[in-house]
Formats: sequence, structure tokens, C-alpha cells
Amino acid sequence: MNDGQSTGSNDRLFAEAISCTRGGRTLFRDLTFKLAPGQAGLLTGPNGVGKSSLLRLLAGLLQPSAGSCTVPMAKALCDDRLALNEQLPFEQALRFWARLDGRVQADVAAAMARAGLAHLAEVPVRYFSTGQRQRARLARTYLTDARLWLLDEPANGLDTDSVAQLGTALQSHLDDGGIILAASHIPLPIPFDFTLKLEPLEDLEACL
Amino acid sequence: MFVMGSIATIIWRDVRQSYASGGTWLPVIFYLSAATLFPFAVGPDRALLLQTGGGILWIAALLATLLPLDRLIQPDLENGVYDQMIVRGLSDEIIAAARMMSHWLAFGPPLLFAAFLASGLMGLEGAALGTLLASLAIATPALAGLAVMIAALTAGLKGAGALGGLLLVPLAIPLLIFGAGSLSTQGNSALLFLAAISLLLVAITPFAAGAALSAVRE
Repeated sequence: MNDGQSTGSNDRLFAEAISCTRGGRTLFRDLTFKLAPGQAGLLTGPNGVGKSSLLRLLAGLLQPSAGSCTVPMAKALCDDRLALNEQLPFEQALRFWARLDGRVQADVAAAMARAGLAHLAEVPVRYFSTGQRQRARLARTYLTDARLWLLDEPANGLDTDSVAQLGTALQSHLDDGGIILAASHIPLPIPFDFTLKLEPLEDLEACL
Repeated sequence: MFVMGSIATIIWRDVRQSYASGGTWLPVIFYLSAATLFPFAVGPDRALLLQTGGGILWIAALLATLLPLDRLIQPDLENGVYDQMIVRGLSDEIIAAARMMSHWLAFGPPLLFAAFLASGLMGLEGAALGTLLASLAIATPALAGLAVMIAALTAGLKGAGALGGLLLVPLAIPLLIFGAGSLSTQGNSALLFLAAISLLLVAITPFAAGAALSAVRE
């Protein structure tokens, strides 16, 4: 899976002719793209077209059925699952990932502040609302020092102010040389270097 | 170094979570109530209790192993915790091994304590009590391994609890034979066999559980 020589550099994400098959159905075929530090890509397309699968594939959770992807950097995945202990106060639940990522207490506080959740540090996660849960997922992502952020509908359930706050966090990650690949149907307030529009394959084949 | 630190972090989290949620004491209470029922059922004949008590305590230990099966893997799997660990570069086998160790820490010592209390009801003392505790101490890591493996295999299935019981009981029979057997035979050859089986299971189960975790992701 790791063939670094195809890019010649080890700080960019590179997907070469990747295809993904799930449950006997080919979701997408022959996708090729690359992302350099400071770049952001947007994934669009109708439901079930394979946006989440592509993000999971780049995160290393799935294998491509054909092609290869080179992801030579630490990654953070923000999908629809919280991965926080619901019984614990938010800050304590977050601290588990901080320890695993080698981050310190100041980083936890900073991540909570960036997600606008500093005032809920002592509240058990199970009392969070939909929007607060989404911001908790984002806080877990901000907490990592991963260069590549893979975001699956990061603005889902967020109010207007929170989307602006998300935009600030994404922009500062890009300014630090980070890479972002986001699937979103809500417009995100950052400039995207490219938009990858996934189309349902069955429809295409029916037209041919 | 990263991996060792991560394992310690994961184990610490799991053990704390398990003791905090009270999940640790449920098998212990179950164990004690099962052991209490037995003298009521067969009567207070001291000789009979002495002869069969050790075996009953062993069976109760197996049944107590079944209780937490559906809570070992399923909640973290559903919540995306394992996905996040994989994204951070940990392997399925490491995750499974850490889960086994944390499960044993939350399950083995309390079970030994409960067995010590229950042995009084059966009139076990002296060498027999020592052998019972030694056999349980040797076997509980293997039982923890089997429990995690089966929890990983059945995670996401409907009726996983009942299926898990069906799968675990036959796999635990060698442990039961030599564990309960060590009580009736003189000498420690049964304990040595028990240790060999336990080591084998502890060595194999993280890989089997890891394979199950990676299969469920596809």
C-alpha cells in the first residue's frame, strides 16, 4: 500500500487509481488525486456514493480493491461516531485520547476552547445535544497533532456561529501546513483547492 | 515505546471504566450466589460437599465468565473507539491483547476473592483450598482471552450473548477438566497441564480476536 517513490516526497497524500468495492458493489473507480501541505479537498456527491468509504480508506480502515494510496503522515478521522466514554465528564473522556496521542493538559484545554466546549468540560458526555456531540468530535480531532484531517460531514448539526468557528480552526490547520479532506453538503468557510465530485457508478453505466 | 505506552493507557482506561461501572462486581455476586445455592440444593452433608464443592466452584467460574461477554467489545466497537485506535497506527492484535489484559485485571482478582469466600460454604480448606485458588489463578487469563475472542467474533450479531455462551463452553472444557481435576488428584500434574493449556490459549486468542476485529470492519 505504501509506495513512496510514486510521489518522490513524503509530505503529500497521494491516491493513484483507487477503487472501492463494498458488499459486492463498486462504489467508485480509478480515483486519482493528491494533496500537498496547506491544501484542502472537498468531497461531494449524493448519499451512498462512497464519500465515507473513501475517507475510511485513506484513514487505513479499509483496503482499496484496486490502486494504491500513499498516506505518509499521521491522520485524524472525524466521522459520525463519538469514540468518547459517555459516562465521563467531557474533559476526562478527552484526556484518554490526549494520553494516547502524547498531548498534555494544555492541549486538551485548547482543543475544547477551539470547539467552543470549554464551558462543558465537567458535563458528562451523555448529556450533550446533537450539535455539542458534533463539536466534541471536532475537539477530539483538534486534539491530535495529525497533519491529515479526514472530516466526514464536519458541519452536521452545527449552528451558524459554530460553522464559522469550525472554519477558523480549519484555516489555522491549513496555515500550519496541515492537509484537509472533507466530505460535506454544508458549505464550509474555507477555500478548497479542488472539489472531487463522486457520481453513482450504476447510473453512469446505465447511460452507456 | 509508543505501543507499550498506548497499551498501558488503554488498559488503565478499561480497568477504571470497568470498576467504575460496577461491571466487575456482577460476576462476583453471581459467583457467590451460585455457590450459595449448591449446599441448599444437595443438603449439608459435609463429605459430599467436600467431594463435589471444588468442581461446583469451577463450573460457577465458567458461568461467571459468560456474564460480561456482550459488554467486552461491542460498546467500544459501536462507538468507534477501535477505529480511532487503528487510525493512530495500533494493530487489531495489540488492541485485542490490551483488552484481554484489562479484562483479566477486572475479572481475575475479584473472582479469586469470591472463590475464597465461597470455598467456606463447601468446607474446603488447607491444601484443597490452595489448589482451587491456584487452578483458578492459572486458568483465569485463558478464560479472559477466550471471552475477549468470542466477544470479538460475535460483536454486532443479534443474540450475541446466547451464541457467545454456546461458543465458549466447548472451548473451555480442557480448562475445566484439568482445573477441576487438579482438586481430586494428588500431586500437581493436572496443574501443569492446566498451565500449558492456559499459556496456549493466552498466546492464540489475541490473534484470533484481532482477526475478528479486522473482519468486522470490512
